[in-house]
Amino acid sequence: MIQEAAVWAIFLLPLGSFVAIALVIRPFLNRFSGLAALTTITTIGASFALSLVALGSVIDNGEVLFAPHEWLSLGALQINLGIILDPLTSIMLVVVTGVSLMVQVYSLGYMRGDPGFARYYALMSLFTASMIGLVIASNVVQLYVFWELVGVCSYLLIGFWFTRPAAAAAAKKAFVVTRIGDLGFLIAILYLFFNTAAFAENGLNALEIADISAGVQLGLLGGTALTLMVMGIFAGAMGKSAQFPLHIWLPDAMEGPTPVSSLIHAATMVAAGVFLIARFFPVVEASVHAMQIIALVGAITAIFAATMGLVMNDIKRVLAYSTISQLGYMVAALGVGAYVPAIFHLFTHAFFKALLFMGAGSVNHASGTFDMRYMGGLRKYMPWTYMLVLIGSLSLAGIFPLSGFWSKDEILAHAWGGGSTVDTVVFWLLFAAVPMTAFYIFRMVFMTFHGEFRGGVEAEEQDAGIPSHQGEHKVHLAESPWVMVLPMGLLAVASVVAGGLVNPVVDILGIPAHWFADFLGGKSDIILSLAGLSLAVAVLGIGTAVFLFLVPNLLPGPLGAPFRLAHHLLSRKYYMDELLEGGVTRRGFYGVGGGSLDWMDRKIIDNFAETIGWSSMNFGRVVALLQTGQAQGYVLIVTLGAIVIGGVFFAFMWT
Amino acid sequence: MEFNGLLTATVFLPLAGAIVIAALLRSGGKVHLFATLVLLADLVLSGLVLSLYDRGGAERFQIIDRFNWFGEGAIIGSASFTASYHLAVDGLSAPLVLLTGLLGLAAVLASWSIQTRVKEYFVWLLVLQTAVMGVFAAQDFLLFFLFWELELVPMYMLISIWGTGRKEYSAMKFLVFTILGGAFMLVGIIAVALTSNLATFDMTQLSLMGISSSSVVPVGLIFWFFVAAFAIKLPVWPVHTWLPDAHTDAPTAVSIMLAGVLLKMGGYGLIRVCVGMFPELEHAQTYAWVLAVLAVVGVLYGAIVTLRQTDLKRLIAYSSVSHMGLVLLGVAVGVGGGTLFGSDSENVAGLALAGASMQMFTHGTITGLLFLLVGLVYEKAHTRYIPDLGGLAGRMPLIACGFLIAGLASLGLPGLSGFVAEVMVFLGSFKAFAWPTALAAFGIVIAAGYILWMLERVLFGPRKERFDLITDASILEAAPAVMLTASIVVIGVYPSLLTDYFGAGIAHLSQVSDLVSAGK
Repeated sequence: MIQEAAVWAIFLLPLGSFVAIALVIRPFLNRFSGLAALTTITTIGASFALSLVALGSVIDNGEVLFAPHEWLSLGALQINLGIILDPLTSIMLVVVTGVSLMVQVYSLGYMRGDPGFARYYALMSLFTASMIGLVIASNVVQLYVFWELVGVCSYLLIGFWFTRPAAAAAAKKAFVVTRIGDLGFLIAILYLFFNTAAFAENGLNALEIADISAGVQLGLLGGTALTLMVMGIFAGAMGKSAQFPLHIWLPDAMEGPTPVSSLIHAATMVAAGVFLIARFFPVVEASVHAMQIIALVGAITAIFAATMGLVMNDIKRVLAYSTISQLGYMVAALGVGAYVPAIFHLFTHAFFKALLFMGAGSVNHASGTFDMRYMGGLRKYMPWTYMLVLIGSLSLAGIFPLSGFWSKDEILAHAWGGGSTVDTVVFWLLFAAVPMTAFYIFRMVFMTFHGEFRGGVEAEEQDAGIPSHQGEHKVHLAESPWVMVLPMGLLAVASVVAGGLVNPVVDILGIPAHWFADFLGGKSDIILSLAGLSLAVAVLGIGTAVFLFLVPNLLPGPLGAPFRLAHHLLSRKYYMDELLEGGVTRRGFYGVGGGSLDWMDRKIIDNFAETIGWSSMNFGRVVALLQTGQAQGYVLIVTLGAIVIGGVFFAFMWT
Repeated sequence: MEFNGLLTATVFLPLAGAIVIAALLRSGGKVHLFATLVLLADLVLSGLVLSLYDRGGAERFQIIDRFNWFGEGAIIGSASFTASYHLAVDGLSAPLVLLTGLLGLAAVLASWSIQTRVKEYFVWLLVLQTAVMGVFAAQDFLLFFLFWELELVPMYMLISIWGTGRKEYSAMKFLVFTILGGAFMLVGIIAVALTSNLATFDMTQLSLMGISSSSVVPVGLIFWFFVAAFAIKLPVWPVHTWLPDAHTDAPTAVSIMLAGVLLKMGGYGLIRVCVGMFPELEHAQTYAWVLAVLAVVGVLYGAIVTLRQTDLKRLIAYSSVSHMGLVLLGVAVGVGGGTLFGSDSENVAGLALAGASMQMFTHGTITGLLFLLVGLVYEKAHTRYIPDLGGLAGRMPLIACGFLIAGLASLGLPGLSGFVAEVMVFLGSFKAFAWPTALAAFGIVIAAGYILWMLERVLFGPRKERFDLITDASILEAAPAVMLTASIVVIGVYPSLLTDYFGAGIAHLSQVSDLVSAGK
């Protein structure tokens, strides 16, 4: 059985790494910035090891309970800090620390020589620590604290190269957009505390997550209020997990260093939203309406993002829309009640998406660009990267027997088996996204690795009219160093074998069938005929990509005149940025709303105050006329005043 | 008569320092050092006040200095009056005394670059410190009023002589608004003396017994006299327009004091007097709703107008209007007290008031830090106009780091102190005012917008050419920023350090049932 101190250590080690780098290494030892990387990798490695111990402990003994500690106590309010170590948390811990460890090692190569090297590792440590804090939190306020810290870490890392205006803007956008969702989460917390007296009567604390589930079972929360509260929690999840229409921050977030994207898209930021719904699943499940909304939002997001992924030319943007789409799968899965498949998809997706982003970073290392129109043919120069990205892509496309196949088909099977109208709609939306997923990811593979090399960043700058400097070579066509390839290899192994954890058919290597579902205490299954069908459409998607992008003459492949309009709409991202950022926010809220209030403040309110001041000054002038300097006049006034005051005084005395 | 001496020393040490500077020192480098040492000693004393306050003790008011000033038989009408020199603190004011000490030191450290009329400047700064300390420590209404008005003189001088821009106009505007508020307060104090069943100016007695009976002036009217006085100071929408002007044109140190502690005099007065002395107010529920609406308007209006600002100081000033709205929201719950909560639900007014108090303290340190850093940026870049700035982070990592932390604290990031205060206010007021609170909570989204956009435009992006040689803060310049940052982080991580004090202070208010039962 794992000790409480050991679980805290999983969280405190990377936090300590952040403090050490921020307060000691960065200010005083910046010349030895390698120390920062060393500290980070060591501490996160230790956290990973402890997470495995924790997982083992939970596998052996089931959920481990720890008593919480008081953090803030004031009358009816009691906020505790504590740990939940249940199957969900123990799996998340392994995913977070494992993927983070791979990313930190990878960054050794990718970030080498960056002037902000120490700052980078400090923030990555804090990011990891925050995410760990989030998954172990036993109190909803505690969870919210780390929820926000995860948000701010992604702000700082997306804006890591802060001298680039696009990076600074993307960072701000990420934080503000997710905060709109956070507002819903916050109000849900306020509503929980609203019911604190009812909870207290039953000996429960309305802010303890375990007690909230218990309270819902006792019927302390219910009806419309419960639905609204769940929608509040879901709003938080929509922001972090980039669900439509709060998805707009995620594609921009690629302005951060690529390993950051790898971490954000796999193990930290976006996983937080799905985790939040999973954490409150007993509560969420109690509201049928909320479940339906969640399922529909997820399914719409899945297909909506997949369509945009079809046409992007930036390799990281393809992956970003892919992430949004896959998160849609997970959210939809939770909405149709497929708890285990959702977590399983989060689990498998973390590995292959981290891998794919690292692959994108690796090809950027060689070609200097992220624009796939200037790549091509990299297969010859970087065979390892090619092979590993291929594994990740096959897994994402859901090809048997890679892990993505299992997790995706479990979701489809569950939606199919649901039976209600919403379930059916969700199923068809998700099913339609399957071939699109296969298509866009193989379009990416072919544009990047196949055909002839199209010049990389040098050609890109030439086309953009940026003068190139003599003798400067920004393109280095070679395989990336082993510190970058090794983590990718390990993640590829995980992407291949993770499916075995769930396989519903037979026992493999001593892992019993349905192991994952049994561990999480839920159900998951796969419908073989359905899986065959989805496999077939996925292959169809790949085939289309082959036809369009592997046959040389069609490259770079405009989809033809009939599709031009659709292509335009998709590549402009359905004009969502223009609508929400330009229209609603800049023109509407800032321009009209802010402008009119600002005008009112200056012209009306301030003017009103000044008018009063001005009129009292004029009043003063009038009164000043009485000051004639003649003593007789003063005496007269004083006498009159005294009579009036005396009259008033005596009037009161005699009543 | 009781005389402990500690509070008297804390309040009057700066004044004594001012007299020494005026009488004995010659203008020169020594004056900076001397004033700094005086306020450092004052910070130590104020820290001592907080640590000596026994929040578990039976006595509410502690560390008492009291002797009769005049009265003990002065007859007005049929009542006999006593006015005394009376200083004491409770859980509400003790942390604010520390806050004043903290920001006083920060302000004097931020004044080392003052070149003109150095001696005079530090004299006024020290007098200001005494006045503000006095407001938080005074327990006799006449004395309270005296300190309240005393603060005007140094403020007027500091803004109109050492300020920038339209400094005379702004100083005069500040003066007129505050005097107007003071007039309301004076009427209120006289009315209390006339109507009080206790016939006293003693605030501790009034706090304990409450202002109840009335003979000449209705209690409700007295209540609004005091609200008007403190609302102008806080400031409450729509009497906030003096604040941006005063902030923008004041020198850095004065902005720090103004945002950091002077506004808190308003919030402190609201809690101490308007909540604390009117336990049996008629129409309390209606009054509370009026205040809550004003609070929410202030939060949202302030935040939206903040978005539009292009002068750094003005931007932070308007954000203060928004943040002080949350103090008023907590106060509104306190004013309503039990009337806002049904008999079956728990009265959490104490939580809202403790949150409002926390908000005062944390806003003081956070905004003080922001003004401090803006002052440094202005000194080095010679502009506060946001479109002219940009890309400063590369050349000034220390200032950028401080700015980032202060900004994040201001937008309520957990782990930093502002979050705790905001959440306490929200939790405490949601039960009484669900929709207003939800609306006010939208303020945190706008706050994220204006803070991050400001950081983006000032610190990030490509550096403008003329800032290529700009320098970072020196150690001396960074010292007060480090001090304030440390307090923001420490309180954010472990808020019980302060909430225990505020909780104890609030628990004595009669409208509050939840903290009383906790037996703090």
